[in-house]
Amino acid sequence: VLHTTRPLHTTQQSLAPVPPLPEKGGEVRHGLIPEEFFQFLYPKTGVTGPYMLGTGLLLYLLSKEIYVVNHETAAAACILTVIVYAIKKFGADVAAFADKLNEEKLATAVAMKNEAIQTLQTAIEEEKKEQWRAEGHSFLFDAKRNNIAMLLEANYRERLLMVYNEVKKRLDYQVAMQTLKRQKEQDYMIQWVEKNVIQSITPQQQKESVAKCILDLKALSKSAQAAV
Amino acid sequence: GPLAERPLMEVRLGELHTWVSTCNFSPQGLLGAVQKAWSSYCAKYIHVRRGGPAGISMLLAGYCLLSYGWNYQHLSKTSLASPI
Repeated sequence: VLHTTRPLHTTQQSLAPVPPLPEKGGEVRHGLIPEEFFQFLYPKTGVTGPYMLGTGLLLYLLSKEIYVVNHETAAAACILTVIVYAIKKFGADVAAFADKLNEEKLATAVAMKNEAIQTLQTAIEEEKKEQWRAEGHSFLFDAKRNNIAMLLEANYRERLLMVYNEVKKRLDYQVAMQTLKRQKEQDYMIQWVEKNVIQSITPQQQKESVAKCILDLKALSKSAQAAV
Repeated sequence: GPLAERPLMEVRLGELHTWVSTCNFSPQGLLGAVQKAWSSYCAKYIHVRRGGPAGISMLLAGYCLLSYGWNYQHLSKTSLASPI
């Protein structure tokens, strides 16, 4: 059941990023009593108040036997001495070791985060590069279009040439036919004229022409003899 | 803020009675109160970057006192029954 009277998603609250841990914990005096207690008693009793309270309490407990002193008291005293000595001596080293462990964990996490950021950055740049390349596609297509236009043009011109050649061939043929016909008509006409002229020469005329030729030749020979 | 929602440390002595009356004493209420107290103690003394012996030492001291209180009867009898 969802109570719709409650406003949803109005705050910035979210699980991440988690606020960092505080640097130091609450102040504790002598390892046992929080500082707030001393601050609480300070206005009324000053600095020595809590210590007087502690001493009085201790004496009261001992005298009234509310705290019984037995073998366990001695054991507790020895154990506490050893513990306090150990803490005073090795505390700093242990703290440094724990801090180092924490640092290593933090370093691996931060390294992972940085690596992820780095990979995403390179991915962004690659993407931008791809977009830039995609812009260049227009040039590619222009070049391809030019190529195709040139091919079409070349094809067109080739066919134009072919058409011209074919038409020229046909026209040359017609011209050749006409010249041939005229030549043949001319030859035939000449032949026919010659044939008719030769036919028209009668034998009588032939004899006369031969005699004339002989007379001419004689005259010529005389004139030639005279010249010599 | 209003009396019912203030933590115990911020309640004045005179208002203690009314504050106790506003408490939720059902099992869930008590469990919630215990959980809140424990988590605030942890957040203050244990979940810090540079803690010290204070966090666990207070818990151990409390445990010592509690166990002494539980065994007081037995301890007083055995110690008073020692020699003499």
